[in-house]
Amino acid sequence: MPTEVAIEVTVNGRMFARRVPARLSLADFLRDHLALTGTHLGCEHGVCGACTVSVDGVSARSCLMLAVQADGAEVITIEGLRDTKGDWHPVQTAFFENFGLQCGYCTPGFLITAIELLQENPTPTEAEVREGLSGNICRCSGYQQIVDAVLAAAQAGQAAAKEQTAGG
Amino acid sequence: MKPAAFDYRRPGDLSEALEILAQGGGDARVIAGGQSLVPMMNMRVVSPAILVDINKMIGLCGIDVQDNILRIGPQVRHNDVLRDPRIAAHWPLLPEAIHHVAHPAIRNRGTPCGSVAHNDPSAEAPTILAAYEGSVLLASATGLREVAIEDFSQGLLMTDLSDGEMVIELRYRRPPPGTVSAFVEFAKRLGDFAMAGVAARLQITDGVCRGARITILGMGNGPFRARATEAILEGQKITPDAAPAALAAAADAARQEVAPEGDVLVSAGYRRHLAGVLTRRALETALARADRGTNAH
Repeated sequence: MPTEVAIEVTVNGRMFARRVPARLSLADFLRDHLALTGTHLGCEHGVCGACTVSVDGVSARSCLMLAVQADGAEVITIEGLRDTKGDWHPVQTAFFENFGLQCGYCTPGFLITAIELLQENPTPTEAEVREGLSGNICRCSGYQQIVDAVLAAAQAGQAAAKEQTAGG
Repeated sequence: MKPAAFDYRRPGDLSEALEILAQGGGDARVIAGGQSLVPMMNMRVVSPAILVDINKMIGLCGIDVQDNILRIGPQVRHNDVLRDPRIAAHWPLLPEAIHHVAHPAIRNRGTPCGSVAHNDPSAEAPTILAAYEGSVLLASATGLREVAIEDFSQGLLMTDLSDGEMVIELRYRRPPPGTVSAFVEFAKRLGDFAMAGVAARLQITDGVCRGARITILGMGNGPFRARATEAILEGQKITPDAAPAALAAAADAARQEVAPEGDVLVSAGYRRHLAGVLTRRALETALARADRGTNAH
């Protein structure tokens, strides 16, 4: 196989067929080829977590994955978090309401990580939130509000689930 | 921070992969999770001419338990191991240690087989394989060979893996009934590269320690089996009164027998100190579990 490869990737529900260099990272594919610049690159060696996206339902560092490895996969980026009505994801709302971002550079990665964390553990303790977010670095060091936001999102999720049960 | 160009190959099965590896020789590298390889390629520490992506191959081993042997194949992620109830029941050091492997997103893609092939001295996967006296199954175009982990690991990022070979299985022996175990690690922050860590397993029969296995990570050359420490523990009384002295002696022995190296993170002396402290803590944790009747496997 040559150094260029044809791939088909579903990103935020839309299918893209492209020919890409084999060495292209998934992050650069999203940013430079699909113009989805919400995925941010910090360290480009898997340490900072800014480029975290969801691949086939689980979080992945898009700087440590080749675009060709996403062939056939479903990718969700920050641009794909709104629902069909255009409303923010509840975790986005919680970040907004709890001042869970300052410059915002790390936020897309934090959101993907936090959403996965709450899917696996809908009622985390503060310690579990801190542990779950430990792979994402915020250089504004606004960690307290980010932790508050995730805990608030968990509470809001529990309240919504209760309402649904009561209503149903 | 971009990798050099390479030929990308995506074999459909093992024989196709081994043929590519045989032709590529030292210029071909296997990629599964890529969580260590891609950073090294991004920094151009390595620049393989051929990258062999094994993720779409069919017919490889997954997680398999048979005849008291646990087998983990090369497409199995750290997080798959973390969630397997058979592993939690009989090889509990694995989930306990994997909890320390980087962060969730890394564990979603990174693989135990890849970590063993990479052989970073601070890595958990080779250490736990050594703690269970395990082995590595290697495949090449000329056949299969099984190598004990202690022979496979040959120093900092060095292994017995030859050009044209790939790791296709890790094999873990099930410890004897009544074994208790614990893994402890020390890093600056959770998920950072470990400065040191200790996996301890032992059996206690009528208050006497038998079959202790102490494996230490972070000492510079891949997993370190602390045999002098194990010898000190063998036959020792581990009753509540006698335990503190036995554990202190074990910690002293561990401190003496390791041969750590210093680096930008931590001095050799501090690593040596940690080897002793963590040996004691791992044994204390294992003994507390024995007292509570938990973790026996």
